[in-house]
Amino acid sequence: MTAIELNGVSRWYGNVVAVNDVTMTIGPGVTGLLGPNGAGKTTILHMIAGFLSPSRGEVTVAGHSSWRNPAMFRQVGLVPERDSVYAFLTGQEFCVATARLHKLADPAGAARRAIELLGMTDAQDRKISTYSKGMRQRIKVAAALVHDPEIVLLDEPFNGMDPRQRLHMMDVLSTEGERGRVIVFSSHILEEVERLSGTIQVIVGGRLAASGDFRAIRRLMTNRPHVFMLRSSDDRALAAALMRRPAVNAVELTPHGLQVRAADYGTFTREIAAITRDYGIRLLQVSPADESLESVFAYLLAA
Amino acid sequence: MAGARNQGRDDDEERPVRTMDGLLNGVVMRLTLRATMSRKRALLFALPAVILISISVLLTNTAQSPVWPPEILGTVGLLVVALTSLLVGGSVLGGEIEDGSIVHLLATPVSRRSVVLSKYVVAVVLTWVFAAVPEYLAGAIAKGAGNSLAIGLLVGALAGAAIYNALFVLLTAAFSPGRALAVSLLYVLIWEGLLASLVPGVSLLSVEHYSLSIANSIAHNGALHADLGTGTAIGMGVAVTLVALVLAVIRLSEFSVKGDVA
Repeated sequence: MTAIELNGVSRWYGNVVAVNDVTMTIGPGVTGLLGPNGAGKTTILHMIAGFLSPSRGEVTVAGHSSWRNPAMFRQVGLVPERDSVYAFLTGQEFCVATARLHKLADPAGAARRAIELLGMTDAQDRKISTYSKGMRQRIKVAAALVHDPEIVLLDEPFNGMDPRQRLHMMDVLSTEGERGRVIVFSSHILEEVERLSGTIQVIVGGRLAASGDFRAIRRLMTNRPHVFMLRSSDDRALAAALMRRPAVNAVELTPHGLQVRAADYGTFTREIAAITRDYGIRLLQVSPADESLESVFAYLLAA
Repeated sequence: MAGARNQGRDDDEERPVRTMDGLLNGVVMRLTLRATMSRKRALLFALPAVILISISVLLTNTAQSPVWPPEILGTVGLLVVALTSLLVGGSVLGGEIEDGSIVHLLATPVSRRSVVLSKYVVAVVLTWVFAAVPEYLAGAIAKGAGNSLAIGLLVGALAGAAIYNALFVLLTAAFSPGRALAVSLLYVLIWEGLLASLVPGVSLLSVEHYSLSIANSIAHNGALHADLGTGTAIGMGVAVTLVALVLAVIRLSEFSVKGDVA
């Protein structure tokens, strides 16, 4: 089933393009929207949730346009990134109020189940104003799940969470995805997406840079050209040895060591130990020079 | 397709405030009331009323002129209604738009019409409590509880609160919080406070003058300086209220949050 569909969607603000001609379909399971800050992930999530109209193209959720369609929220739960909730309510009151807004037959029961699922039962009678950021995130997720929606949209759900809370939230989302819900979350952290989602949509500069199974994209990321800085007992000899290898494209002697442009990350990192051993060179330091996520994304965009 | 659907909906469930064919939503009203009263600016709601009643007490005991009640309560009293409406009407929707909590409300199937009307009704009732009732009390202190001026001012203030709040709810739905406040203040202080008394015809688009004319239909007091007919005032008041609420619903239906920009 295709739950969410973006067809040639663009969104611009004046002359600034936030999302540029994105086409994607999202079905059941966990899907991660991955990209650096400002890439357009939130804009895409807002368009899916009907809180932004596309400047061009169409966004449909469960077969209907999401713009000006509040009835859609019978099937959709939304967890916005902004840390703004009704802080004067307790966690339990917030979830019950949300259940009532959904006109559930048993608001208290639905709230209790959602709060339990997120592990917030002990804190449910405290005012949200006393919660930590991680707890606020969890109570927002509980409220978004209170009506048992088929589709759950989460904007940077792990922000502000400690590692334990993060793992618990990942388990919850993973389980809900396996139960057949459509879980879409945005993140700029590769490891979060890697751990949680089978399918990812990589957004860079407002464009869809890569899409599909995470392992394939991870391979693409791993096999891309990399730049390393090396220091060794004999940089010049190491440079000569490296240039004989097909996995190395270029070597430059710098005052700080050797700058090596590897054609293939995986092959190079496997071979470097063998090369130094064969030539009797002692390797003092290997450090990636372009390991920022932005450079990974830039490569994907170019690929 | 998801797990067990164990949380069925009860669309026909009777709730205490679910009246008018679902136009009002009790949960939205309760959330709005608590959110509005929990903000710091709620401390200001009673301030204009306290000043108004203090003025009334002071002048009742000291003033020599017998016409001060209609003149002072017709101007300062209705200004209190306008400013309280601005504070309250600007809060019920604008406060939640400003802090972003409105998204939680709009991410539910509740119709935008129901959201706007529920918030509007809460704003009107709060303004009645914090401005219209004090206006009556000020009139009653000056002229006695059953006096036609006090009752006329009460009715005028009740009507004024209903119209002002529709306008201010619309402005917060249409503009950013700062701009909505600026436009509201310009309307109350410049358009109504200055132009309406100087430029003929401006009073036709002045909520203060609708209130004065409605008050005068009961008080029959020339010192109120009502220059619109009662029918015109009621007709314009109803029209302005309805148009403002319809436009507010349309604006909220197109509510957008700003995304990230690459």
